[in-house]
Amino acid sequence: MAAMGLSSGAMAQEKVNLGVSIPAATHSFTAGVVWWSNQAKAELEKAHPNLKVTVKTSSGAPEQANQLQDLLTVNRINALVIMPFESASLTQPVAQLKKKGVYVTVVDRGLTDTSAQDAYVSGDNTAFGRLAAEYLVKKLNGKGDIVALRGIATTLDNERMDAFNAVIKKHPDIKLLDARYGNWNRDDAFKVMQDYLTRFKHIDAVWAADDDMAFGVLKAIEQAKRTDIKEVFGGAGAKGMVKTIIDGSNPLIQADVSYSPKFIYDAIKLTAEARLKGEKLPETTIIPSVLITKENAKDFYFPDSPF
Amino acid sequence: MQPEQSSLPEAPAAHAGGRAGRHAAPSWRGRLHGLGPVAGLVLLCIAGTLLNSSFADIDNIMNVLTRTAFIGIISVGMCFVIISGGIDLSVGSMAALIAGSMILVMNALTAFALAPMLVIVLGMLFALALGALLGLAHGLLITRGRIEPFIVTLGTLGIFRAYLTYLSDGGAITLNMDVSDAYSPVYYGSLLGIPVPVWVFIAIALLGGLVLNRTAFGRYVQAIGSNEQVARYAAVNVDKTKTLTYVLLGMCVGIATVLYVPRLGSASPTTGLLWELEAIAAVIVGGTALKGGAGTMTGTVVGAILLSVIGNILNLTSIISVYLNAAVQGFVIIIVAFLQRRRS
Repeated sequence: MAAMGLSSGAMAQEKVNLGVSIPAATHSFTAGVVWWSNQAKAELEKAHPNLKVTVKTSSGAPEQANQLQDLLTVNRINALVIMPFESASLTQPVAQLKKKGVYVTVVDRGLTDTSAQDAYVSGDNTAFGRLAAEYLVKKLNGKGDIVALRGIATTLDNERMDAFNAVIKKHPDIKLLDARYGNWNRDDAFKVMQDYLTRFKHIDAVWAADDDMAFGVLKAIEQAKRTDIKEVFGGAGAKGMVKTIIDGSNPLIQADVSYSPKFIYDAIKLTAEARLKGEKLPETTIIPSVLITKENAKDFYFPDSPF
Repeated sequence: MQPEQSSLPEAPAAHAGGRAGRHAAPSWRGRLHGLGPVAGLVLLCIAGTLLNSSFADIDNIMNVLTRTAFIGIISVGMCFVIISGGIDLSVGSMAALIAGSMILVMNALTAFALAPMLVIVLGMLFALALGALLGLAHGLLITRGRIEPFIVTLGTLGIFRAYLTYLSDGGAITLNMDVSDAYSPVYYGSLLGIPVPVWVFIAIALLGGLVLNRTAFGRYVQAIGSNEQVARYAAVNVDKTKTLTYVLLGMCVGIATVLYVPRLGSASPTTGLLWELEAIAAVIVGGTALKGGAGTMTGTVVGAILLSVIGNILNLTSIISVYLNAAVQGFVIIIVAFLQRRRS
């Protein structure tokens, strides 16, 4: 404890050299993460001359582990903001950095051993599923048939699905017909939705659970010329979807739930500013997921971001 | 025999013909050869109908065939490459890059206030040309550069997708609205009740079969796959033939992309993900040997349809945990390949 106090006291005068380790832009969400990280670097370095931010992207867990070592030995960072690829395989590499005195903030995907981190910042996956279910229940007046599309089989996806199911279970007249993996991918979502439309002659609403998947779902509905579906609920608040809500240009899209890649920006800002003052972050910070409707959509519209 | 063969010495022509003859197997063996995948497909269709009566709906069948068209068309090209003893791991990334570049070109052309129809035609030509060019690059690197096809296309797999990601800034490249509306019939439209992509697939498959079995080029491809040295001694222009197979595949990818773009009107870094494995699987399930030499176009087409049917049936039923979908697909692929092996 004494050592901790000393090092953070010394940090107050010293420079903060902050490393950011994130997944490479392979789909629009991670592209958003990269964009917001660079945004944070530009703004924060300008505001604080004592701060240096290094952003590194990697395309897999092993590569990310290697980069962590480079960040320490080459870039000599003393603070780290990391969005880990996988929880289990990166816990040890992150713990090594923390042992060497680097202040660690973990974003989004938690580590398997929380003692390897100083702070945790994440989006709210439970609210992501819960808000979607609550909205759809209300929209359907507590009665109707829903189909769902899931992302990729991960704990994060399970959290969302469990939260969604928990709400649906309380409403016996709402039936979840099926939930299948669309892999957060437009093409796969298109196919899954086509097959749902063949299989179920009546569907009231679709929980697409992601804006990219909602895009594929809408195309499949359009092609099949089905008119029974009243609502398609995506997720994450991609700019195209938010724009659709603002413009009211598609009657099927009325609401969305925020899960913005901007949380990386918040995490970098919070960490950098706390470390510059020699302070620590709270153990856990949850960036709330909010229901986006026509009324508040403007606050969630970032036209310059790729997401 | 084609007239151009008359300029060749007598021996190679006879040799190439002999090779092809052995593998095309005109007798009962030839017909049995394609029975594995066909039997597999028939069994799957029966199972599908029993599990969900909607499976046999004409709409569902058309959906499945339409979505098979992309992989199917690419598989036709892949069939030539694999029979010649090569491989191409980059087709998924190539399709994504062509789709993205094509949309960018079309959006740029729209800025010149050209008619949507003209923009679409120019976009299509661009896609075909780019596909052929990328295929040519593969072919030259493999034949002139003397690099293993596996390595060349493993390299370009990364290069193509990285460039698409760069062009799209990691997000999606989306086609201009007016053009998109004018273009959508190419995917969503149909002729005599059969969707356009299915017609194109049929045409490409027939053409592929014709080229493989009825032309000198087709026989050279098979001869090179059986034994490249022997083919070389027999005065077959091995480098030219091999390069052409990659150009052909590149053009097939271009055609598939032309059909794909109007479906969603966008390309993103997840476009065409793992298509290379699907195309290779279709060719192999269809009875073509991965080491080259022998293979049929019918088998390839059936193989491609079989793969989409598995996915479709899994989506239409809910007996198996969704976690196990990929396992079911794996099992069916192995079983069909096993049936195939015993009969050949």
